[in-house]
Amino acid sequence: MTTFPVEKIRADFPILKEKIRNKPLVYLDNAATCQKPQAVIDSISHLYMHEYANVHRGVHTLSVKATDRYEGAREKVKNFINAKSTKEIIFVKGTTEAINLIAQTFAKANIKKGDEILITAMEHHSNIVPWQMFCEETGAVLKVAPINLHGELIYDEFEKLISDKTKLVSVVHMSNALGTINPVKKIIAAAKAKDIPVLLDGAQAIPHMSVDVQALDCDFYAFSGHKLYAPSGIGVLYGKQALLEAMPPYQGGGDMIRKVTFEETEYNALPYKFEAGTPSIADVVGLGAAIDYLSEIGMDNIAAYEAELLDYATEKAKHIEGLRIIGDAKEKGAILSFVLDKIHPHDIGTMLDSLGIAIRAGHHCAMPVMDFFEVPATARASFAMYNTKEEIDVLMNGIEQLIEVFG
Amino acid sequence: MFDDLRDLYQEVIFDHNRNPRNFRVMDDADRQVEGFNPLCGDRLTLFLKMDGDVITDASFQGSGCAISTASVSLMTEIVKGKTEAEAETLFTQFHEMTTGKEEDVNLEAIGKLAVLAGVREYPARVKCATLAWHTLDAALKNEANSISTE
Repeated sequence: MTTFPVEKIRADFPILKEKIRNKPLVYLDNAATCQKPQAVIDSISHLYMHEYANVHRGVHTLSVKATDRYEGAREKVKNFINAKSTKEIIFVKGTTEAINLIAQTFAKANIKKGDEILITAMEHHSNIVPWQMFCEETGAVLKVAPINLHGELIYDEFEKLISDKTKLVSVVHMSNALGTINPVKKIIAAAKAKDIPVLLDGAQAIPHMSVDVQALDCDFYAFSGHKLYAPSGIGVLYGKQALLEAMPPYQGGGDMIRKVTFEETEYNALPYKFEAGTPSIADVVGLGAAIDYLSEIGMDNIAAYEAELLDYATEKAKHIEGLRIIGDAKEKGAILSFVLDKIHPHDIGTMLDSLGIAIRAGHHCAMPVMDFFEVPATARASFAMYNTKEEIDVLMNGIEQLIEVFG
Repeated sequence: MFDDLRDLYQEVIFDHNRNPRNFRVMDDADRQVEGFNPLCGDRLTLFLKMDGDVITDASFQGSGCAISTASVSLMTEIVKGKTEAEAETLFTQFHEMTTGKEEDVNLEAIGKLAVLAGVREYPARVKCATLAWHTLDAALKNEANSISTE
């Protein structure tokens, strides 16, 4: 492999030149959200300056241009995740809305009282709460497959929980709190053997590896733009066409209809059936630009570089006395969650911030994971393709210093 | 190395974090209230012993960051012997100090608690310092056995 062009990439992200508390920014909160390259920022301002109007509506030139950009981005998403058709790409606000959409439509139509939905113990709240709400309303039952002390799914237990009552398996592709990458191919194969559809929460996985929904054979895949170097407020729900066709619509309104009278309404074709109202046009265009940018670098190259970063950080962290890594799965993405003896993660967060280092301190919207590891919170450094080993040195040095101060 | 943080992490705070005062379960407490900060998951249990409207003893259990531990530790020290009304006044003053404008605060009146004035510059940390006092407020008003900062 040729050397990863990290310096060139860094130069493309204007915010990385910022000083925080008079120190160079070391941004290690990428699992919360990623920074944006100039190409994405430019694509949005270019649209607003030269090509903006509402989409799918006017016959005028600008509307046609904006529609071309918007639908062009859908094509890019389709290619990026290797969907069969752009009809399978639904634009939503983010992963959370994508999962809620499935709960409100697919689940309502297919899952009844006594049926089961199977998730894992490492889910983000966004893949727990929509199902709890759904179960509360319908009398369906939420089943949770356990994890071990490495933060890995106990696969045998997961498989045992698949029953004739299971009507949906909804699991995270990569855990935001632990970094664990789930054995999704095995999970999907096991579910398929019983004709159970599978939804993957890809919010964390998508910026770190190439995702091929056809190779995975998942039924639904949800992800957010803002963790993929694209704007916040935009995300994607991928669904197999046949399933999407059969699902009732999500929200009612403009764009999702073909014909409306006061007596009845005929819904629009895919993907518009699920996109009521004026969408976040510029953000979709920004997502397209982010995908172009990432495709140029290559997701496999990014994955290899980030694996190097994680190995480097993990090795360094292991040598810090009093530091305990939370989540050391064999298959793991670029997330280092940790706690320090007698120093609360919030103190770690504030101390590191004073050195210009941005990490996350808290429960990471995964309170059940915190309970499992018996910690109130963790500190989490999460890496992206623009991070460097030098930045990891700054982080580790900072951690050593703050241990001394607290000592 | 952490020079910028000197106002926030004063030595008194480190001291109370290392050796929290009144850190014990009170079996014969008259009031017992749990405080919870859902933002960070911090939990504390506050115990009060009352004689009429005078707080004769205060203690706590739980785990939190240095700011919240020091805050509740200092609070249990300062409210002992105070009447409910005096404790409520301290709460108001503490709240003003940590959230309000500097000129409004009479630092002398709140004595040792002034070491926590630094959180004002760290909006993300204000709730760490005020959790203890919101819990005390609930205990004095006797309105709930569990309160949350959100």
